[in-house]
Amino acid sequence: MATTSEHVRGTTYPPRRSGSRLVGLVSRVRELGLLVVLALILIIVGVQVPQFFTISNLVQILLSVSILAIVAVGETLVVLTRNVDLSVGSIVGFAAFVAADLFKQHPGTNLLLGILLGCALGLALGTINGLLVAAGRVPAIVATLGTLYVYRGLDFLYARGNQVSASDVPESFLSLATTPFLGIPALIWFAAIIALIFAFYLRSTRTGREFYAIGSNPDAARLVGIRSGLLIFAAFALSGLLSGFAGVLWGARFATVDATAASGLELQVIAAVVVGGVNIFGGSGTIFGAMLGAIVLGTIDNSLSFLKVSQFWLQAIDGAAILIAVTIDAFITRWLQRLLIIRRQR
Amino acid sequence: MAKPPEPTIELVGIAKQFGAVQALRGVDLNLYPGEVHALVGENGAGKSTLVKILAGIYRPDAGSIKIDGQVVELHNPAQARNAGIAVIHQEPTLFPDLNVAENVYMGRHPRDRFGRVDWKHMYQEGERLFASLDVKLNVYTPVQGLSVADQQLVEIAKALSLQSRVLIMDEPTAALSAHEVQELFTIAKQLRERGVAILFVSHRLEEIFELAERVTVFRDGSRVATAPISELTTEQIIHQMVGRELETLYPKTDVEPGEVILDVRHLTRSGVFEDVSFQVRQGEILGFAGLVGAGRTEVARVIFGIDRADAGEIRIGGKPVQIHSPEAAMHYRISYVPEDRRQHGLIMDFSIAKNMTLPVLLRQTSQLGLVNRRREREVAQDYSAQLQVRSAGIDQLVKALSGGNQQKVVLAKWLITNPSVLILDEPTRGIDVGSKAEVHRIISELARKGLAIILISSELPEVLAMADRVLVMHEGRVAAEFTHADVDQEKVMFAATGQVTNGNHQ
Repeated sequence: MATTSEHVRGTTYPPRRSGSRLVGLVSRVRELGLLVVLALILIIVGVQVPQFFTISNLVQILLSVSILAIVAVGETLVVLTRNVDLSVGSIVGFAAFVAADLFKQHPGTNLLLGILLGCALGLALGTINGLLVAAGRVPAIVATLGTLYVYRGLDFLYARGNQVSASDVPESFLSLATTPFLGIPALIWFAAIIALIFAFYLRSTRTGREFYAIGSNPDAARLVGIRSGLLIFAAFALSGLLSGFAGVLWGARFATVDATAASGLELQVIAAVVVGGVNIFGGSGTIFGAMLGAIVLGTIDNSLSFLKVSQFWLQAIDGAAILIAVTIDAFITRWLQRLLIIRRQR
Repeated sequence: MAKPPEPTIELVGIAKQFGAVQALRGVDLNLYPGEVHALVGENGAGKSTLVKILAGIYRPDAGSIKIDGQVVELHNPAQARNAGIAVIHQEPTLFPDLNVAENVYMGRHPRDRFGRVDWKHMYQEGERLFASLDVKLNVYTPVQGLSVADQQLVEIAKALSLQSRVLIMDEPTAALSAHEVQELFTIAKQLRERGVAILFVSHRLEEIFELAERVTVFRDGSRVATAPISELTTEQIIHQMVGRELETLYPKTDVEPGEVILDVRHLTRSGVFEDVSFQVRQGEILGFAGLVGAGRTEVARVIFGIDRADAGEIRIGGKPVQIHSPEAAMHYRISYVPEDRRQHGLIMDFSIAKNMTLPVLLRQTSQLGLVNRRREREVAQDYSAQLQVRSAGIDQLVKALSGGNQQKVVLAKWLITNPSVLILDEPTRGIDVGSKAEVHRIISELARKGLAIILISSELPEVLAMADRVLVMHEGRVAAEFTHADVDQEKVMFAATGQVTNGNHQ
């Protein structure tokens, strides 16, 4: 508190200090709120079903959302720039089949080679999305809706109705997901490390901040000389790359893969991102929030299965979670704006 | 005034053409360090075009720009910024989701030795910047809650942090309160002390006399004068701004006005306009003159029921009426042709016929709630012919039409509703000279048929030539009213710039 900057702030702007704290707090309300919701679910369900609140089940929850979380990191990059990537589910499915099929056809293949192949495929597909949106000026929702079907179609053509099952692939591939490190399965580590890298990137690099600028006001971004097209392209390419990697992990985790793998995953991913407080119109949100969104939705799913609630309710409750999250978001935004205006007028 | 010998920025022969319109015709302009240079001119004189060229948004067709004697190319905003030019637009363009400090430093965040954004340093620098301007602004606040005045301060801080040599302020005071204007001037004077060359674009002459050392007047894309402010009077500046002969563009036929149709008494919308009263008669054209933002459009919006009045009365044919919606306005046979055709007037992806019949779809062309296609086409055909819309047929999409023909479609759309009062908001803005004359002919003819017409226009010669009476608004009030016989451009300009609070009221 004794640094010079604090001194300047303390003397020159005394009435505003609490204001900055308040603003900082409100902008984190969404994430704090999600933590509270998460804690509530854990406690309430944990009291009713003792097996729920065990280390192994908590690990199970994280395991179940890890692939989703990796894809959600890429989706967050895209959504921050005021775009959306609907093709991620198809990319995950395609990469999952290609990787699993590789190990089925050539069981001796180096594990790393398989991972690289999946990533390269994802990157290539993401690059196509990026070119369509950034260079071709096709609205992202249309472009990626198109590639959603195209990529899935390619997956079907490639698979020709075949299926890869657990017995077809070497044990080393399957262990990619499950090998524990410090008692926690590798899959969770992958997700956590990727989330940390991109959280750092978005918060602490200039280009990371420029993603926010593009989504917040595209015209202003142009006026300060940000290369919006390049960054939007990069967001889609990275989203594809991460989806490709997630696809390889999908193959390793579920072992049984056909051309329908990961169908509909894109909507779960967008749900996690939106529930996590990333503004669907770009400009605000964090990786941390998106990860929390994924974990909360995963925890809800998991607890409903413990409570033996039917699949139908599961989807309805997921939907309700999205609506509640977005509604609360809108209220907070409006409240915050009013607060700031009142503060200004004083 | 003793000037340093070397100008900071030197413009030579800048020209720019948009389609058939010559926006700038070989303009020269020098700005010296430590001077505030005012740029004035009527709407459409080319001020904004010049500002956009300096901002790197438009590229000039001819001419050169030198900074400190070196020729510079401004092909995009980043190049203009790097050349030391900062532009403060009327409405600042900032990032609403990000805080004040980050808005100042976007793309240039201070970094630590690992290349990470150094947030603490950034906030410190930001606070130092605002402290040096003697401004209290919380650098942690998101920009979305800030007033326009505060947002302009953020832009100014950005210019300072870039060590800009040239600061261009494009009508910065238009959205500010009187107190905020004074704060802005204090800061502008500070920047002048630091040797920044400031180009100050404004409509408000009293502000120019307060702040500027020199003034340049633009008229029709040319520079007509540059002189020290001390050598000019308000009268001289206004004369320079408007000093053009009336062109023979406006074929006005004289009509004997009939009964009063629209009678507006003491109409007020708080904070927007106040105590506006006027009458319009059958066959009469009432001109609404004034500067952009004087409140003319806002009055029209209330009369058409888009916005609500807080006080006052509207009478139609002598009876007081309540107009709470455009439907109600149409019921009283009032039509409003808005200024922005693309946003409010037309659906670009619809055909001419569909656009024309849109307002009457529910009432005239439908039976049992269905659109009567044949009737729709007959009506559209009829009006297309009357107004001489040049097109490949009434099924052509309006986005393929020229501005002038689009305007005719908008006119037709409202004429089909058979109005008795027609409000036209800038009906000839952005259309070429030939189409203008046609629109004027149509307006004259409508008046002859007995419509009461309110013509809102920022183009003085148009108002003067077309209108039977001219109402001049200034900052939300009626500043003066003139009859066709005794009006001239200078009188209107005086009233519109707030030099006269009352003209010869009738």
